[in-house]
Amino acid sequence: WRAPPGTRTLTPRFGPSKPMLAFRFLRALTLVHRTAANSSNAARSRRIQRAAFASMAYSAGPRRAWSRALLCRLHFHRARRRCAGRRRAAGVPRRPSTTGSPADGLRRLVPGGTGMDYCGLLEETADYIRCLSEQVKLMQSIVDSVGPGGR
Amino acid sequence: MSGRGSSSRITDEEINELVTKLQSLLPESRRRNIGRASASKLLKETCSYIKSLHRDVDDLSDRLSALMATMDANSPQADIIRSLLRS
Repeated sequence: WRAPPGTRTLTPRFGPSKPMLAFRFLRALTLVHRTAANSSNAARSRRIQRAAFASMAYSAGPRRAWSRALLCRLHFHRARRRCAGRRRAAGVPRRPSTTGSPADGLRRLVPGGTGMDYCGLLEETADYIRCLSEQVKLMQSIVDSVGPGGR
Repeated sequence: MSGRGSSSRITDEEINELVTKLQSLLPESRRRNIGRASASKLLKETCSYIKSLHRDVDDLSDRLSALMATMDANSPQADIIRSLLRS
């Protein structure tokens, strides 16, 4: 059976498995806790943020352009860490400028987005949003279960 | 991913499908904001949604960092995390 010419199969992936995402992230958090106990809140927060994007990317694996781009960025940052300057946490996409079409705006926000064709961009964006919102839910549930009672 | 062989021309229908899928991923409130939007409006709303998700990760990282500062190895919170890792 061959798909009619012109159709693209839309992979119905629903992102990484939640338990794996949770496990990876919690493991990363434990590491941060152990090694950054005496750091400033800001430094620890940056590491946690990096861990969030890292576990997202590792859980999604190399099959997605956005996860590959994130993993590249994270490894690149780690190699450059000793060099001067960058206070911005690796893996966090830059604030985009406001020029260009909405699609260009999206290209700047989704890791690996620049240079993507429109269709690819839409697919990657959908997957990225699914994974990103899962990560946010995970972090929220950790804060809720571990945090001080009532706020 | 296609690209090999015969025409891998993207049809409007496929783009519409992808756009619909994207719209379904936005939270209810944002979907209501744009209604029956043009693709351009949808993309802008999607950008705004991604930015807000990035901000959420930022905020939650700060909160987790603050929580970590108050945690010690024998606290009940540490037990919760340990049990989550075990299961």
